[in-house]
Amino acid sequence: MSDIQTGDRYDLAVVGAGPAGMSAAITARARGLNVVLLDEQEAVGGQIYRNITRANPRALDVLGPDYASGARIADAFHISGTVHLTGASVWQVGRDGTINYLRGGKVSSLHATQVVLASGAMERPFPIPGWTLPGVLGAGAAQILLKSADLAPSEPVILAGCGPLLYLLGWQYLRAGVPIKAVIDTTDTTDYVRAAGHLIEALAAWPMLKKGLKLMSALKKGKVPFYRGATNLAVQGTDAATGLRFTVGGKDMHVDSKVILLHQGVVPNTQFTWSLRAKHSWNDVQLCWTPDVDAWGRLEGLPNIYVAGDGLGIGGALAAAVQGQLAGLEVAAVAGKIDAGARDSAAAPLRAELAKQLRIRPFLDVLYRPKDANRVPADAVTVCRCEEVTAGDIRGYVALGCSGPNQTKSFGRCGMGPCQGRLCGLTVTEVIAQARGVSPSEVGYYRIRPPIKPVTLGELANEA
Amino acid sequence: MATNSLFRPLQGPSSTPARSVKIEFDGRALQVQEGVSVAAALLSAGVSRFRTSVVSETPRAPYCMMGVCFECLVEIDGQASRQSCLVQVRDGMKIQTQRGPRALTDGTEAGNE
Amino acid sequence: MNTSDLLVIGGGLVGASVALGAARSGLKVTVLDEDDVAFRASRGNFGLVWVQSKGFTLPDYARWSLASAQSWPELSAYLKERTGIDVELKQPGGLHLCLSQEEMDTRKERLQWLQDEVGPHYQFEMLDYDELRKRVPLVGPDVVGATYTPMDGHTNPLKLFRALYDAAGKEGVQFKTGCGTEDISYANGIFTVKAGGKVWQAPKLVLAAGLGNNKLAPKVGLYAPVEPNRGEVLISERLRPMLSYPTNFVRQTDEGTVQIGDSHEDVGFDDGTITSVLGGIAKRGIKCFPILANANLVRAWAALRVMSPDGYPIYQASESHPGAFVVTCHSGVTLAANHVMRIAPWIAGGAYPDAIREFKGDRFLNKNLVFTNGH
Repeated sequence: MSDIQTGDRYDLAVVGAGPAGMSAAITARARGLNVVLLDEQEAVGGQIYRNITRANPRALDVLGPDYASGARIADAFHISGTVHLTGASVWQVGRDGTINYLRGGKVSSLHATQVVLASGAMERPFPIPGWTLPGVLGAGAAQILLKSADLAPSEPVILAGCGPLLYLLGWQYLRAGVPIKAVIDTTDTTDYVRAAGHLIEALAAWPMLKKGLKLMSALKKGKVPFYRGATNLAVQGTDAATGLRFTVGGKDMHVDSKVILLHQGVVPNTQFTWSLRAKHSWNDVQLCWTPDVDAWGRLEGLPNIYVAGDGLGIGGALAAAVQGQLAGLEVAAVAGKIDAGARDSAAAPLRAELAKQLRIRPFLDVLYRPKDANRVPADAVTVCRCEEVTAGDIRGYVALGCSGPNQTKSFGRCGMGPCQGRLCGLTVTEVIAQARGVSPSEVGYYRIRPPIKPVTLGELANEA
Repeated sequence: MATNSLFRPLQGPSSTPARSVKIEFDGRALQVQEGVSVAAALLSAGVSRFRTSVVSETPRAPYCMMGVCFECLVEIDGQASRQSCLVQVRDGMKIQTQRGPRALTDGTEAGNE
Repeated sequence: MNTSDLLVIGGGLVGASVALGAARSGLKVTVLDEDDVAFRASRGNFGLVWVQSKGFTLPDYARWSLASAQSWPELSAYLKERTGIDVELKQPGGLHLCLSQEEMDTRKERLQWLQDEVGPHYQFEMLDYDELRKRVPLVGPDVVGATYTPMDGHTNPLKLFRALYDAAGKEGVQFKTGCGTEDISYANGIFTVKAGGKVWQAPKLVLAAGLGNNKLAPKVGLYAPVEPNRGEVLISERLRPMLSYPTNFVRQTDEGTVQIGDSHEDVGFDDGTITSVLGGIAKRGIKCFPILANANLVRAWAALRVMSPDGYPIYQASESHPGAFVVTCHSGVTLAANHVMRIAPWIAGGAYPDAIREFKGDRFLNKNLVFTNGH
């Protein structure tokens, strides 16, 4: 889109083009702010509405109405007058609002008075034996293939783990006529019992609950082999996945497939907020870190930087859109475009809507709480996929006197590969916490350093 | 090749036939769908191993498809260690697998080893 | 009450080295270390076992560094034997790349001065561009030449760190983390340290707390006016072996990553990175080795060096608080062998190493002297 020069200034920069980011931009633009949105993809949507503007009718049909509804917000964004930098990898966000990014092989920077970080969520790591083998992907990854490239597994596929996205993908595959070999569900009866305590709240969000029940019953009607309460998950294969081994009701089982899709929920992508040295808290219900923010999403101690969407804790696409609007309103108020009264009256219905959207969360979080064994794996399991550090290695470091994730880097390069700890960070925190017998919040997290996305030295040299 | 693919395009009456582009993977010519990521294109064309890891040199392939895991790294048009899930496929692209740690080249010669 | 023979405050490379050496001398040692996000110079070091040009203006420091480099193979062999960890010591000699003729001339003058002071075994070579290219073919055309000394080398500082902990643990050293020192008191020949909400006692105490020594030293009659000096470093992805010599600015680790950088900034206690500084480091790295332009940067980070006013170490026993020692330096890797094999035995009760007489902390109390960093 617009060709901008290094050093351009904006009232607001938004990072991420999912529902939260688009909504923040739309809201701020509507109040007259000069807004830029940077996103890594070629088109808006984030992961949840990935490719929404280019999806063909067949894909829209398969993916269902929730996905299709993303088109409305994308349309509103496109007419909002936001400068949209597509294909832009943001590799650093400074506390002063400087954004360094890489686009088309060139490094550039811009400056914004205020920043909304809407970098969303990522699938929770699923460290089990064999999870590094080709053929093993996240269910979310497989859904991205479906959304962005109309691709589905070519042979009967295994879906394993727990969480709404896993069943949604199963439902979508059924609609697309993609055969499912088995759904291997780690949810067990105790989860249902625990979740029942939150059922009243969840019933208040009946339409959402009904959707979930519809998915499950579709899977049942589709005569998909469904194993409940699966434990001891292990991917089989030497050079590529050939199947999944697991235990159900004390019985060892084995299902063959070359495509194994793992999922146990999504977690906030906190790379930017950690790199900003923002304060984070451990959420023991969602089992993840969330940045400490005020009611508008403003980071504690960083008054010009906000977080919106799943980066605040997992709430889903509709909640994310509302959080984006709330951040956008406050940004506009700080910029002097609206007064506090206008901000608050616009925010009131949004807060009510947000509360409604979040009502089902406690139920889902408890029901689909990922199992300890699938988060804090056995010694032989690879935790850091980049540097190939196992859970046993980490426990060994703890025995030597290593107290936290930053020390595991010194002890064994854990988290020092190209993914910068994205795929091992939560596991490392929990493995150390378990080994030390303390809480994850006492253990802490990696100190995240730039670049958040890789740049070559040649590109960086242009920043001198 | 495509017969061994782990992923294939959706089948169905209303699916629109995608336009295709030609790319090369390790010297083999591949016909792939236009407008998708390099990772998606390779997966649909039957490439199931993208690289070998830098420590134990064991096979790896895309895991997250959203730029997080860095498992889908390949060399694209002479530029190594690119996240293929974030790069859109283009006609004539030359893609190479990476085995273990990459060797630096001055950019004029393709090839990893 | 937790009692031991020796309390070491600080679990970085210096503290771990001293603890290991003292335990080998038969002491029961406890190391009190801070938490995971403490300022850790050990985490940011470059991994050089480096002698060349160190100690210009103070030949004792050149001798001290050289002696440690010469003892390093022994330390490395010991760690391998004790822990199975190969710390990847390589001592092929080191190159200091010069980007101007003036730099070459200055270095020649300094190295000549050092050789005259230290002795003929302090060897060095001046390499012009063509000679340099013969040894390091990837060097860029903007490099004028290099100085080479055969005594330099490098190690894997992360493996060193783990091996020191492992070996020390096997010698009975207890490492206690989350134990930032709150208070130190002294009575009847016993030091009492409050740390991490607990109380620790021992008749001997070593301050190896890096920047923390500044505040702790006066509590036991010592002086260690160290200040932070920020260094920013860039780390590439793992690459096939391409550099066979460590240089002052760029080196390739045994794991294949290339480290670049040696910025010096006085910024107080701020270990963040500055984009323009990182860009400058990248630019200079590419000047040295143009092929690096194509390498992916995986990580940029900063760490705070522990610098005394003249850049040299501080080793001193307290006169007012017998049994207390301060050990602090910037080169925890290069000097590790000395710390394990010479400093620790002295602390454990052995003879005073005459080689360290110039490194007392109270040299900085002399108001008639002005110190410049001669490291």
